[in-house]
Amino acid sequence: MENLLEIHDLHAGIEGKEILHGINLTIKPGEIHAVMGPNGAGKSTLSAVLAGRPDYTVTSGSITFAGQDLLAMSPEERSWTGLFLSFQYPIEIPGVSITNFMKAAVNARRKARGELELSAGQFLKLLKEKMAFVGMKGEFAKREVNVGFSGGEKKRNEIFQMAMLDPLFSILDETDSGLDVDALKVVADGVNALRSPEKSAIIITHYKHLLDLITPDVVHVLKAGRIIATGGMELAGQIETEGFESING
Amino acid sequence: MAEEKDILAAAAEKEYSEGFVTDIEQEFVPKGLNEDIIRTISAKKEEPEWLLEFRLDAFRKWKTMTPPKWGHLSRLPEIDFQDIIYYAAPKRDEDRPKEIDPALQETFDKLGIPIKEREVLAGVKSKVAVDAVFDSVSVSTTFRKTLSEMGIIFCSFSEAVREHPDLVRKYLASVVPVADNFYAALNSAVFSDGSFCYIPKGVKCPMDLSSYFRINASGTGQFERTLIIADEGASVSYMEGCTAPMRDENQLHAAVVEIIVEKDADVRYSTVQNWYPGDSQGRGGILNLVTKRGLCRGEGSHLSWTQVETGSAITWKYPSTVLMGDNSSSEFYSVALTGNYQQADTGTKMIHIGRNTRSRIVSKGISAGHSENSYRGLVRMNPGAQHARNYSQCDSLLIGDKCGAHTFPVIRNANPTAIVEHEATTSRISEDQLFYCNQRGISPEDAVGLIVGGYAREVLSRLPMEFAVEAQKLLSVNLEGSIG
Repeated sequence: MENLLEIHDLHAGIEGKEILHGINLTIKPGEIHAVMGPNGAGKSTLSAVLAGRPDYTVTSGSITFAGQDLLAMSPEERSWTGLFLSFQYPIEIPGVSITNFMKAAVNARRKARGELELSAGQFLKLLKEKMAFVGMKGEFAKREVNVGFSGGEKKRNEIFQMAMLDPLFSILDETDSGLDVDALKVVADGVNALRSPEKSAIIITHYKHLLDLITPDVVHVLKAGRIIATGGMELAGQIETEGFESING
Repeated sequence: MAEEKDILAAAAEKEYSEGFVTDIEQEFVPKGLNEDIIRTISAKKEEPEWLLEFRLDAFRKWKTMTPPKWGHLSRLPEIDFQDIIYYAAPKRDEDRPKEIDPALQETFDKLGIPIKEREVLAGVKSKVAVDAVFDSVSVSTTFRKTLSEMGIIFCSFSEAVREHPDLVRKYLASVVPVADNFYAALNSAVFSDGSFCYIPKGVKCPMDLSSYFRINASGTGQFERTLIIADEGASVSYMEGCTAPMRDENQLHAAVVEIIVEKDADVRYSTVQNWYPGDSQGRGGILNLVTKRGLCRGEGSHLSWTQVETGSAITWKYPSTVLMGDNSSSEFYSVALTGNYQQADTGTKMIHIGRNTRSRIVSKGISAGHSENSYRGLVRMNPGAQHARNYSQCDSLLIGDKCGAHTFPVIRNANPTAIVEHEATTSRISEDQLFYCNQRGISPEDAVGLIVGGYAREVLSRLPMEFAVEAQKLLSVNLEGSIG
């Protein structure tokens, strides 16, 4: 089967400073890859470049996503094609309710794909179903996007949005950081529920806990802008007991 | 990848779907302004002598006055008042004087304004009575009869002069004196038509009342006059809307609105101002220079202003309230959006005279393109305003880096028991917010609309339902082209 994501010799950075020095990564449909690494390794740069953050620059290399040139696509086109980023620091949008925000997102995607917009009834049914899935109560739908949310609520909201948009490819950028056990389970359940032979994900994390709940197919270690090791869960185990210093490419 | 300043680049073309011209035979008075022109207008309207005298007195006062220069409005041109046609009206079909001209019917259909009662009764929308004004005359007022059964008078100003001269004479210029300011004096001299409504004692108006103002003819100005009186214990919700054709010339709109609120009466006045704003280079557009003021005369009276200002090349407008009655209260909720080269200097005055009077000001300015957006407000606590309170909140949102937002709040407190609070914020639509929306599949344009709608929500939620939907659409449409 064709690869869902192919990254070839990717060099990228921000404000003229190169952070990724030649990343190669291939993800097949159905695979979940973990990317682990110390602070400053370039993990968030990788997720930002994949999602198309405007302030990051790709200096060389290529990324193919679902058979298309990802780097030629705008952030919203990437989203419509099925790419989802769970933000490390979710953004507040005052005055905009979760309901209105998700309605705009769901229908924008449907429109781009040539599908009819959901009726109010269909949308509310979907909203309720996914809210129940992440354990959010009714009033959550009326709250302003991320405004006054606790750290845990923000991450839960990211997983809720992921469930709503049912992406082909999800990137979880340190979604597990600072979460308690219950919230961590919501994140893991969210990812596991999306598992299918077509769908893939990258889990970016410092820690092994989330990976224990998800069990990725492949684990990569990113250090100083390069992938220095690739293996299975044993790699995550080694990092937990011996630290990132123990792994040298 | 694009930088923020590219994404939020200066505004390009705005869609203005109301910019068409109606091809209809119209009659005009000659261009220019003098006593003969005023006499001609008054004669055309078959006005009583006292009203002609009122106009001439206003004209004489106006001649001694000069236009105010204090607004933050660098693009307000020197207006040649002799180069304006002060009266334009569609010609009546002599054979069928009662019928609405098909061209006018089509115009208001296009604008979505129901000028026949059966259109409203057949529709799914909530019931609203409409007074439709086309250039200098009212062409249709609906539900007059239904309303009159409850003693409510809702008609064009000209009809009110003919049918209820005592009421008009009693209240005209009682809130905005003739020489209040340069443009109010001009309006008092040349006003043509507008709406009149009177809600008698204890009557709650069963439907929303509205006026729709349409400028059509080239080279003209519109000078409407609106008078609303809510007698003791009465209540009414009143809305006004307006549009004009797209032209390279500026057109003057100088209105006066006066509202009188008696004891325990309640008036809600909502505006969605969508005059032609000019093109992307700042050519043309309406010069909107208006005076709106309400008098909370009775004890416990209440007046609420809600305005959504999206149109006009220039807006100079300060809907204000004089809180005379003890325990009277007033609110001013405003969203002013400027794009391209638009300039708005708008706000309110809350004059506290009575005891325990309350006022609340919530102003949301949104500037894009090369526009300038200013809030100007006065909160005055007179010596007798025991325990009066005001709360003001002025927020500014900037889109792009070539626009300006300014606030000019003035507080004069002459009563030590009165409390005045003022809060102000300035923010930008951040690149992070845009990217977050984009990542979820929401396009940059829709994202700006969504973020701005959220920012303005507190004000939009105060509008009657259908008006709120309309206003939300206008905010989005008027921001089209303000990004990439």
